[in-house]
Amino acid sequence: MLEQIIFYAFSALVVAAGAMVITLRNPVHAVLCLVVAFFASAGLWMLLEAEFLAITLVLVYVGAVMVLFMFVVMMLDINLAVLREGFAGYVPVALVFAVLMMVSIALVVGPKHFGLALFAAPLPHAADYNNTLALGRSLFAQFLLPFEAAAVVLLVAIIAAIALTLRPSRQTKAPKPERQVQVRRADRVRLVKDMDAEGTP
Amino acid sequence: MNDIALIIPEVTLLAVACATLLVDAFVGRQRPAATFWCAMIGGLVALGELASYVPETVRFAFAGTYRQDVLGAVLKGFILVLVLVSFFYAREYFRKRATPHGEHYSLALFATLGMMLLVSANSLITIYLGLELLSLSLYALVALQRDSVKSSEAAMKYFVLGALASGMLLYGMSILYGVTGTLDLSELLIKVSVSDDKRMLLVFGLVFLLVGIAFKLGVAPFHMWIPDVYEGAATPVTQFIGTAPKLAAFAMALRLLVDGLWGLAEEWHQMLIVLAVLSMGLGNVLAIAQTNLKRMLAYSTIAHMGFMLLGLLSATASGYAASLFYITVYALMSMGAFGVIILLSSRHSEADELADLTGLARRSPWFGFILLILMFSMAGVPPFAGFWAKWFVLKEVVQAHDVWLATVAVLFSLVGAYYYLRVIKIMYFDEPLQPAAIEGGQDIKLVLSVNGLAVLLLGLAPNALMSVCVGATLPYLPWQ
Repeated sequence: MLEQIIFYAFSALVVAAGAMVITLRNPVHAVLCLVVAFFASAGLWMLLEAEFLAITLVLVYVGAVMVLFMFVVMMLDINLAVLREGFAGYVPVALVFAVLMMVSIALVVGPKHFGLALFAAPLPHAADYNNTLALGRSLFAQFLLPFEAAAVVLLVAIIAAIALTLRPSRQTKAPKPERQVQVRRADRVRLVKDMDAEGTP
Repeated sequence: MNDIALIIPEVTLLAVACATLLVDAFVGRQRPAATFWCAMIGGLVALGELASYVPETVRFAFAGTYRQDVLGAVLKGFILVLVLVSFFYAREYFRKRATPHGEHYSLALFATLGMMLLVSANSLITIYLGLELLSLSLYALVALQRDSVKSSEAAMKYFVLGALASGMLLYGMSILYGVTGTLDLSELLIKVSVSDDKRMLLVFGLVFLLVGIAFKLGVAPFHMWIPDVYEGAATPVTQFIGTAPKLAAFAMALRLLVDGLWGLAEEWHQMLIVLAVLSMGLGNVLAIAQTNLKRMLAYSTIAHMGFMLLGLLSATASGYAASLFYITVYALMSMGAFGVIILLSSRHSEADELADLTGLARRSPWFGFILLILMFSMAGVPPFAGFWAKWFVLKEVVQAHDVWLATVAVLFSLVGAYYYLRVIKIMYFDEPLQPAAIEGGQDIKLVLSVNGLAVLLLGLAPNALMSVCVGATLPYLPWQ
């Protein structure tokens, strides 16, 4: 019973925060709502006994990724008025399709087809069950190839980000440390004789 | 250890992609040719490894997430050849513009790695990761022309719509996993065919899965990204997107629908009919209205992919062979058509308007003739390869007793013939706007000539390729 209350509380929080992410006008607030959604999902994962994943979600996503997001959003100068132009025209059509989709999804993925009678709940593990160990085993044994493929996907993301933003042709003001350390006194300092207005020392 | 032996071509390709990246970073500025040759030789090595061992039976590796079979080997071989040929065209395009482009090769190689994973995937996770690796590289390739507003817009559209399609695909996969409790396609095959009580849920998942496949193939009504991306991207990137990834998307459809969800064949047969008819109609009719050559070829892609689906939906081994033949021939034709655009383009013009082709036959009789072969072949005129592609597919459709479907396909092909023949009319009967001869390196002229003649030769001897396609799809016979 208590478990159900917690589940519904977290689920409601996820849905509400998700809705806020796409409806709020201020992008910074939207990012904050996404943080809330991640927290609530972590809570749901805790209920599923996926403790390691839940903690990773909070540490990695909330702690690192979302902070980065926040920086990006705050630094970008997005003109929302221009983005929203013509947006209202699509709302009626989009609404019709969204409601249709939601109703049909609700009809299929409801308790009638996905209920506990058809899919039994998994048995809870013992208190000393090592979640992280099981995760590591399946990651490095059963899913080794997908794991490596995911690493390559991340590598491509890095390459793409650098290729799209680095402009070597532009005159950058970045210092060149290898030249800085080679500087000698003669390159920088020039001794001049102190002269007065008439030009005599 | 045994498992690694199976993926040696993939491992080689990954190493080559990384090496190309490094070569470009260190010597690419002084010697752009070094990057090209690194990618090319590495790709050839991977191709040699693929060709050196053709598997006769199906083997699984990495706890069932990877599958090695004849179809996979054949498709990977085709994909690698197409990618390597496209590198010659890309080199010419960037040489004309004198822009640094080393990332093009390494990103294209990473995309190829994604395609190869997709082709031999035997698990929903491998399929998804292969697809993402392919898509992510393609988004970046489109966006690489940073100074062009059109390219940036195209990349943005491609990225947003692609992310949406990936989301749909993942949702479908999660439903399938929820119902059957397995990610493995072989297990899925068994569980789907025995579970009648959960059929509704499985079909629900199938719908979302099909959205993902349809988006990747670019069939209507999930084709919105194709015209904009084809027009906005640099021509070699468009050429890349329009050739090898189509084969990978075909493989993905075959793996998911036949290897995994054969139990739902009745349902996906119906859905594919809708997709095929819509694509052939929309693609062929809208292509008529285009004045931009790249946009016209984009709509023609949509129509061709619809036609190709006809073979797939017949759900027989010979149908898959016909589809494989169709998509390979299509990739070859579209490679050549974009190749002509690259040859005609110059430093300041993309040469992608129909008007740029006026009087091409007088400016260069030989390349006018090559484009004539390609256009006749795309329209499906005998004796070119495109005719046989359509013929084999139609034969399967008629044998499956869907005569009305074959009639619709032929009618829409007739509509399509109009805009292909218009290109020939513009080339041969209009006065050239600029009489200047065509400038281009000897290598691209040779590659383009071979490309065009291959379409002609395959038309004269289609059985050479068809027997390979039949051999690749033969293992599917027992399930009929």
